[in-house]
Order: sequence, then C-alpha cells, then structure tokens
Amino acid sequence: MASGKEIRGKIASIKNTQKITKAMELVAASKMRRAKQRMDAARPYADKIKRVIGHLTQAHPEYKHAFMTVRPVKRVGVVVITSDRGLCGGLNANLLRRLSGRVKEWQSAGTDVSYSVIGSKGASFFKSFGGNLLATRTGLGDKPHVTDLIGSVKVMLDAYEQGNIDELWLLSNEFVNTMTQKPTMHRMLPIAKEDVAVSHGHWDYLYEPEAKDVLDALLKRYVESMVYTATVENVACEMSARMIAMKNATDNAGKFIKELQLAYNKARQAAITAEISEITAGAAAVSG
Amino acid sequence: MSATMQLDIVSAEGEIFSGKVDRFFAQAANGEVGILPHHTQFITTLKPGEVRVLTGDEVNYFYVSGGVLEIQPDVATILADTAIRAKDLDEVAAQEAMARAQEAMDNAKTDLDVTRAQNALAEAAAQIAMLGRLRDQLSKQGLMH
Repeated sequence: MASGKEIRGKIASIKNTQKITKAMELVAASKMRRAKQRMDAARPYADKIKRVIGHLTQAHPEYKHAFMTVRPVKRVGVVVITSDRGLCGGLNANLLRRLSGRVKEWQSAGTDVSYSVIGSKGASFFKSFGGNLLATRTGLGDKPHVTDLIGSVKVMLDAYEQGNIDELWLLSNEFVNTMTQKPTMHRMLPIAKEDVAVSHGHWDYLYEPEAKDVLDALLKRYVESMVYTATVENVACEMSARMIAMKNATDNAGKFIKELQLAYNKARQAAITAEISEITAGAAAVSG
Repeated sequence: MSATMQLDIVSAEGEIFSGKVDRFFAQAANGEVGILPHHTQFITTLKPGEVRVLTGDEVNYFYVSGGVLEIQPDVATILADTAIRAKDLDEVAAQEAMARAQEAMDNAKTDLDVTRAQNALAEAAAQIAMLGRLRDQLSKQGLMH
C-alpha cells in the first residue's frame, strides 16, 4: 500500500520541481523584457536603412547592383534563426516544420536549397535533415551582437554574388505578443522595388567614392540589419515561449500536488479509521 | 539663425543621436565632409572617426566605427557600424561560420546534443512511468478518482 510517507515524498519532490519551473518562468519573464528593449533599440536603424534603400530604388543609378537584380530562380538560400536552448515549448519545432514544408515545395519545383543556420537547435536539426549547410553560428546567448552575425551573412551574400543562390530568404519567429510567436519567412534578396516605395522624379545621388562601393557597403548592412533584428526578435520569442511553457509546468505541478495531497489525506484517514475499528472491536471483545 | 536639418545617427543596436542641427562634419571615405542644410542628395561610406555636430553654440562629438552617410535635402542619416569593419576581418568571420557548419555535419553521429537529448528523454520516460505506477497503485486502493 502506498503509505502516507511514500506520498509525502512524492509531494516534496514535485514541489521541488515546481520551484525550479517557477524560477525559470520568472527568469524568462525578465529576460523577455530586456530582449524586447533590444528589439526596440534595433528598430530605428532598421527603419532608417530601409528609408535609405527606398530612396536608392527611387534614384536612377547607372550602376545596377546584383542585390537589386532579379534572376531566374534555380537555387535559393535560407537564413534560419533558432534558439540555442530548449524548454521553450514548440517554438523551434514549429519553425523547422514550416521550413521543411517550404523546402519540400522548392525541391518538388527542382530548386536547390542551401542554409545558413543560427542557434544550436537549428544546427542539430540539420544533422538529421541533411541539406547543403553553408554556415553555422551557435552560442549567441541572450544578447546577440551584429558582429556575431557578419560571418554567417557574408557566406550567403558571397554565394548570392557568385550566383550559387538566386534568392536569399530569412526564416525566424515573429513576436506577435507574449502568448503568440509566429514563424515567418520573407525574401531578403533580391531587394524588390515593391518592398520599399514607388518611384517619382528623376534624380540620382552623388556617390563617394564609387556607386558600387557605396551600394556594396549599404546593401550588406541592410541584410545584416534584417538578420540582426530577426535574431533579437527571436530571443524575445524564445523567452516568452519559455515563460509560458514554464508557467504551464508550474500549474501542472500544482494540480498534481493537490491530487496527491487528497490521496495522502485519504490514506491517512483510512489508516485512522482502521485503527479505531480495531480498537472498538478489541474493546467489544473484552467487554462482551 | 538660418535653416536647420534633421540628423539621425543610428547603429544597429541602438539610436545614438536624433535632432535638428545647423551643420555637421563627418569622416567620409575620401576625406572629411561638412554638411549644411539643403545639401544635394549625397551618399558615402564613412571611415572610423568622429562626427562633429553643431547646433547653435553647442558642439557635440560622436565616434562612429564606420558606416554609411546619406543626405537628402532636409534629412541626414548616419548608419553607424557597431564595430570596425574590414574586408579581411569579415572574411575571417565567414570562414569561421563555414568551418563550424562543416564540423557540425562531420560530428553528426557522435554529438553531445544527441546524447544529452537521449538522456533527457530517458529521464522523462522514467518519471512518467513512476507517476503512472503511483496512480495505478492509488486507484487500486480507491484513493484516487
């Protein structure tokens, strides 16, 4: 019989687990707040560089950069952003499911896909998924920096410039709100005119030193900024997903404890009842 | 005084300066440039160096580690880098990222992650089994619904 002591032991052990999940929930909540601040801090740059690129597509440079030229698509590249750690619900699983769905579509259309992956979860996914993995970056922590991402982005930009990929996509989680994170996919290259603004007037910049150098520098930073913004957003997603997952775990542990407590009380009551009936039976035997 | 223009200095990781200024100086690729309001459309890369911003009698200095400067007649934008960039430095970073990808693929079978995941799975399975047994035991005694 599950003695009272045994149940008490289980209750204690679940209470310990609950303490851990509760602590993780609180840590994730505070990290999420900080990640959201970093997200907001990244927004001005993203907006401004988008504005400059918008102006640029309105200008009429004699030089047309490869990043702005649409080519027939035979091969595509995807930058996949995942978290480094688990225990964040279905965040990475949903994202990677989205990826494999899209990859299937591409492959059935005869399009080759290569990847640059950020985050350990994505890196270990590709071990079983296979595919042409060009670059990996893991261990960015909660505060990713642009400098950490330059390598992974450059590999893809080089591949694009050399014609090894004809389109570059970005796959990451979008922070809708604390409860919802949505895997989103969008095309970074080539930069399409409709991505930014419509053309009016006929003018061009003065470039210094050369149009090519300036565009190279600018467009590279544009892509880096998109990847950086997505990475920071993904951290916010990871933290909020973890917060929710840990909150659920804590609640479940609480439910379990309640159930076990009830069982414990019943077991104790049964033991007492048994004892009393023994005593009364004994007393009846003596007096009878 | 005369006209002012909007100047925004931003880096990928945060805003550095935003406001109306009379004029400013920056270290462009071909040498220092001074910009006044109503400058023609102009775009240039920046060298690492200071940006000097003049507003009335006030002078502000900012350090940027390179980036891009864009001028529209009423708005100037400096997209500052967060670190000094050089072609060979970028190249090294790219090589590293590629090497890591290669390494990850090579070690696919003997990876720590896999063992760690298996351990976690075994642990979870044991816990579930334990809880299941406990529940059976209790329900047999009619102590649990």
